[in-house]
Amino acid sequence: MKSTILQTASRYLLPILLLFSFFLLLRGHYFPGGGFVGGLVASIAFVLHSFAHGTNETMKILRYKPLSLIPIGLGISAFSMFMPAIFGLPVMTGLWLEHPIPVIGMIGTALLFDIGIYLVVIGVVLTILFTISLSSD
Amino acid sequence: MLFTVLLGLITSSLIVPFGRFVKTKWGIILAFIPLLLFLYYLQYIPLISWDKSYVQHIDWIPSLGVNFDFRLDGLSLLFSLLITGIGTCIFFYAKSYLKNDPYIDRFFGYLFLFMSAMLGLVLSDNIFLLFTFWELTSISSFFLIGFNNDHAVSRKSALTALSVTGLGGFFLLAGLVLMGNIAHTYSISELAEKAHLIQDHELFPYILGLVILGAMTKSAQFPFHFWLPGAMKAPTPVSAYLHSATMVKAGIYLLARFFPILGSNPAWTYSLMIIGGITMLYGAFHSLFRTDMKGVLAYSTISALGILVFLLGIGTEDAIIAVAVFIVVHALYKATLFLITGIIDHATHTRDLSILQGLRKVLLPVAIAGFLAALSSAGVPLTLGFIGKDLIYEATLHSEQHVAIYLTVAAVITNILLVSAGFMAGIKPFMGTLPEKFEKINMPAKSLWIPPLILALLGVLFGCFPHIIGDWIAQPTVNSIMKVKTDFHLQIWHGFNLVLLLSALTIILGTILYFINKPNPRKLQWIERLNFIAPLTIFQKAYQRIYNFSTSYSNYFHNGYLRSYLLKIIIFAEVLLAYQLYLGGPLHINWDLLSTISVYEVVTVLIVFGAVALTLSTASRLTAVVATSVIGYGICLLFVFYSAPDLAMTQFTIDTLTVVLFVLVLFKLPPFLNLAKKRVLIRDVVVAIVFGIILALVAIRVLHVPTDIAISEFYGKNAYLLAKGRNVVNVLLVDFRGFDTMFEIIVLSIAALGVYSLLKLRLKSSEKE
Repeated sequence: MKSTILQTASRYLLPILLLFSFFLLLRGHYFPGGGFVGGLVASIAFVLHSFAHGTNETMKILRYKPLSLIPIGLGISAFSMFMPAIFGLPVMTGLWLEHPIPVIGMIGTALLFDIGIYLVVIGVVLTILFTISLSSD
Repeated sequence: MLFTVLLGLITSSLIVPFGRFVKTKWGIILAFIPLLLFLYYLQYIPLISWDKSYVQHIDWIPSLGVNFDFRLDGLSLLFSLLITGIGTCIFFYAKSYLKNDPYIDRFFGYLFLFMSAMLGLVLSDNIFLLFTFWELTSISSFFLIGFNNDHAVSRKSALTALSVTGLGGFFLLAGLVLMGNIAHTYSISELAEKAHLIQDHELFPYILGLVILGAMTKSAQFPFHFWLPGAMKAPTPVSAYLHSATMVKAGIYLLARFFPILGSNPAWTYSLMIIGGITMLYGAFHSLFRTDMKGVLAYSTISALGILVFLLGIGTEDAIIAVAVFIVVHALYKATLFLITGIIDHATHTRDLSILQGLRKVLLPVAIAGFLAALSSAGVPLTLGFIGKDLIYEATLHSEQHVAIYLTVAAVITNILLVSAGFMAGIKPFMGTLPEKFEKINMPAKSLWIPPLILALLGVLFGCFPHIIGDWIAQPTVNSIMKVKTDFHLQIWHGFNLVLLLSALTIILGTILYFINKPNPRKLQWIERLNFIAPLTIFQKAYQRIYNFSTSYSNYFHNGYLRSYLLKIIIFAEVLLAYQLYLGGPLHINWDLLSTISVYEVVTVLIVFGAVALTLSTASRLTAVVATSVIGYGICLLFVFYSAPDLAMTQFTIDTLTVVLFVLVLFKLPPFLNLAKKRVLIRDVVVAIVFGIILALVAIRVLHVPTDIAISEFYGKNAYLLAKGRNVVNVLLVDFRGFDTMFEIIVLSIAALGVYSLLKLRLKSSEKE
């Protein structure tokens, strides 16, 4: 699918959509959004780009295989799960910094957990879609 | 105590990255680990007394009553010493035995795993911990038995052993859980205090049956004995370890451990006496017909295990003393005999008893070890076997009056046959003239012949000074099995009495039998004619039946057609839901509860209807997919109208991605061909419409169910207070039900890995073409 309009648009849409996905991720704890939706939006951004420019081009932008995002994401989530155990609290206790950080807001294990989900979702969606699209070429 | 279990496990896992080290000559260092553990447990001998045991408690899952509870008492100590002591010999031996094996690192990894599992098993004081280690022994022995995994027979034997012992483990778990639920404790020592609760309970016969089944499979009792001869396919050090001191003794340990809880009642006594009695006679009888050294040893092991179960069944103090001593006797001579079998096998490349003879001229120290072990197994005076046999006869003679005579006769016959079997394995290969082809055999490495010699000499040493075993090992063991303080001293000389007469009779008749019964392949053929009623055959047939059934079952349900899966799932759901609706009685629609319809909703629903119509009527797959996604978006809009923004957002993105996925997959397929027959079409339409109607009915029914809003109120209230979030949906996902989410993303990852590996593998095979 070679369309100049789509190619140009996707070039600008990719960073905007990624930013939007990050926005969704961060606001999730207070307003509609969260790691799942954020991850899906980010994947859509890449999928759009791959439609316009071909999967191989998108893989170049990503640099690393999307598959590698899965263990990283799982690791972050698992770490946030077990972090309270280091302080002698039950696993999955919510831990929070006392003061909010400008722009981002409150930071705690829940956010870390959400970031893990975000990465896993991107990894899973892109692995499945890119593997299929590359294998059918 | 935990560290002794962990040491083996850690070593085992370290072998994975440092396997190359094991292959060098420094790998022998590994053998010092069991030695270290053996010395560690030796120091407990003077410390353990009848009312003193060592306890270690570490919380694991306290809320479920599953904890790392370890207890070292007399019984555990006996087994720990055997596991580590015989283990030390095996480790030294195996290092030489498998010197040229490319997978020796793997072998030691399995062996350490197995040793730790056994140690954990005998030290556990929590039934779940016990069960965990019990299963771990089954699994690790599976790897050991199937170590020569390029032989089909070897793999099959390993699988048989695993399925039989695994089946037993299943029964055992059921028995343990029942016991735990009745007594409200999962600690074995607390269970023993509440033994009367369990024994008086109406479920007691089932519990007893389940636990005995578990022990029977593990300890190769008739009719589950057949995995043990098969397990002889393992490398000889494994056979020596598994069948002398560890794996098969686990069932004996289990029965001894649960003796205070389940024992001392007629059900226990008679079932174990019968099972053990049959097994010991059956095993001893079969050992006469074998010509393979390992075969003889396998069946005599089954017989010895039968004796132990039989004695535990009798359950008098005499019998329990006999159990404690006979465990040591058997471990020492059986390990020796297996180890010399390995040496002979290595040197002559055969284990056929009708060929082997005269080897004493070339393998003298091995011959000495074999002789001593055979004498101990025959129960000749001044060996530990003599004392063991005396105690067995003592126990049968002093059992209940009306059965004593039968039990004694059974024990004497078994022992006569075992004398012959022991001579066959320990003496026969070394007697007579040396055939020419064996003349060039050289003495094996020291680490091969020293371990069996040590074990054989120990048998004699303990036989001359029986109080070493009696006072230090057997007494604490008996005390912890009987839960009372007993006072006995083992002696070599009891004076002239019936027991001595029986003992002499056993040796004389056994020796005569040995000279009459020459190993001959023809006899093996004769016994093999009876194979059609052998438990192994029955097991294999049953296995084949189950296998065929499950194959056809899964072929029907798992036939690879997505449409067939969907159809089955939906029809099943329809039946279930329809039945539930029918149970709920007549349906009333309360119009007052329904909200008014706005123009947006009407428009959205109309669009959805249009999309449905398009999906059904189009002749192009892609159009159908796009139309389906319009339906999805329409539903998303409805979510928005009914204030579920999170849901709507996720649904939107998912829908988009699904379309992309569909397009990717369908793009390559040929255009719509009308393959579906009319009959199939009608069937699908009916199923779909029925499903839609049922779901609509369910939705209406839901309106009438008084909703319990306590849960949503709780989350609404506490989302900010406890989790500092205002978006309840997200707080639910990442905090209140975070575990669910964690597992969901794990499942997602597995799905992605599945797709990735499936497609990549396919690519690779096409690249090869």
